[in-house]
Amino acid sequence: MQALIDQFFNVQIMADAWPTVWRGLMMTVLLCIAVIPLGLLGGLLVAMANTAPWRWLRWTVVVYVDIFRAIPPLVLLIFIYAGLPFAGIRLSPFAAVSIAFLLNNSAYYGEIYRAGIESIGKGQMEAARSTGLSGLQAMTYVILPQAVRNVLPDLLSNTIEVVKLTSLASVVALPELLYSADMARSITYNASPIVMAALIYLAILWPVVRFLSRLERRMGA
Amino acid sequence: MDGSVSSVPRSLPSDAGRPAEAVLQISDLHMAFGDLEVLKGIDLSVAEQELVFIIGPSGSGKSTLLRCCNRLEEPNKGTIIVDGEEITAPKANLNKLRQRIGMVFQSFNLYPHLTAQANVTLALRKVAGKSRIEAREIALAALDRVGLSDKSDSYPNELSGGQQQRVAIARSLALQPRVMLFDEPTSALDPELVGDVLNVMQDMKEGGMTMLVVSHEMRFAMNAADQVVFMDRGVIVEQGTPDRIFKHPEHQRTRDFLGKVAH
Ligand SMILES: Nc1ncnc2c1ncn2[C@@H]1O[C@H](COP(=O)(O)OP(=O)(O)OP(=O)(O)O)[C@@H](O)[C@H]1O
Ligand SMILES: [Mg+2]
Repeated sequence: MQALIDQFFNVQIMADAWPTVWRGLMMTVLLCIAVIPLGLLGGLLVAMANTAPWRWLRWTVVVYVDIFRAIPPLVLLIFIYAGLPFAGIRLSPFAAVSIAFLLNNSAYYGEIYRAGIESIGKGQMEAARSTGLSGLQAMTYVILPQAVRNVLPDLLSNTIEVVKLTSLASVVALPELLYSADMARSITYNASPIVMAALIYLAILWPVVRFLSRLERRMGA
Repeated sequence: MDGSVSSVPRSLPSDAGRPAEAVLQISDLHMAFGDLEVLKGIDLSVAEQELVFIIGPSGSGKSTLLRCCNRLEEPNKGTIIVDGEEITAPKANLNKLRQRIGMVFQSFNLYPHLTAQANVTLALRKVAGKSRIEAREIALAALDRVGLSDKSDSYPNELSGGQQQRVAIARSLALQPRVMLFDEPTSALDPELVGDVLNVMQDMKEGGMTMLVVSHEMRFAMNAADQVVFMDRGVIVEQGTPDRIFKHPEHQRTRDFLGKVAH
């Protein structure tokens, strides 16, 4: 029993690893601040392109969404970070992660927004257009506010996934939470830093998950 | 028109003998959904301050006709001229022309996330370019006109169907349209709420609004309509004063239809 505690919940080791893990946490937060708004915005553009009057654009978007929903994000990330240099394009780990997440998340968020837009009856668009609002104005002021409200749980749920997926950045040596904890593990020969990282993810995401459940229940899906 | 000053209608152009200028002029309008021909050559003109009332069986193309007038549907052939401008022209400025054509829907289509007042001000702000204060004043005046000045801060789900429809009317009215289209404005309402909406429409008619109304409220047509149009299977079968159409219809199809709705 004591051995177990020493290996996984070693307070001394955790204290020693804390500065490293803390820096990792800050990097994860920074990554989220970059990647979540980018994905939300990219997804919005994808969803709006989906409703555009031009067939070629809608078609492009369908292909885009299909491709990036099918490619595993890890493969995409390694391709961008380690594959593109063969074409002379060299990106920092942070830039590579941001781009990979933008491409991937825009597809997922885009599908969520699209479901939201489709949940709004066409009478709303018609009423708005009949008063002279342009298609874009009607989208902005009438459709999207209602659509986003309808899919708020899905947006939040996807955002939780995104936060978890930022740990993928460790494979391109971006020193985020998981990478830093794993580094501390390899230095200390002890699993406690990894446990600490897991507890930190839990501490951040558990309240959000709780909130999400309540939101879902309240919206009575 | 009381005709007390002169017998000349005020909008009569130089060539005397023409009827008062039409605010809405529909000529040879054809429209099909795929292979289904819904409108098969409609000619209809609505003069200034006139209320034209359209009746006809389900599926005869009444809604489609109205929706062509502001190009929510694309006609295949024919022209529609609104206030002197051809809205069916390929290069017509739709967003500008639509402000001159109010539309009221059977299902109200209020924006549920906005208050009654914000429903009315949206187009005033974004399309008509009014300032926040101006838009607010216009909206309050419009809501007052439909008897709902006390509901300006209510959300649609806090209003009865009749109140919602009146807000929808105010939303159109606030843009000062030259003509208003009504597509079965009272069909979704509980019977006891129909009267409020019809009163507002009657009031608008008396205020000089030009109106094209699809409805089954024959009593209202009797009181308020200048012309009644009977449509069936995509054509206008006959047209005339309410008295003539309701009491002395010429066509068997009209008689059949009126016989059905009477019961
Ligand atoms: N979006 C559409 N796509 C295909 N067919 C349509 C569409 N809208 C209407 N139609 C068809 O066009 C015909 C005319 O419809 P319309 O709604 O204009 O009739 P209406 O006279 O308004 O009928 P109602 O009294 O039931 O409202 C009907 O046969 C209808 O099924
Ligand atoms: Mg109809």
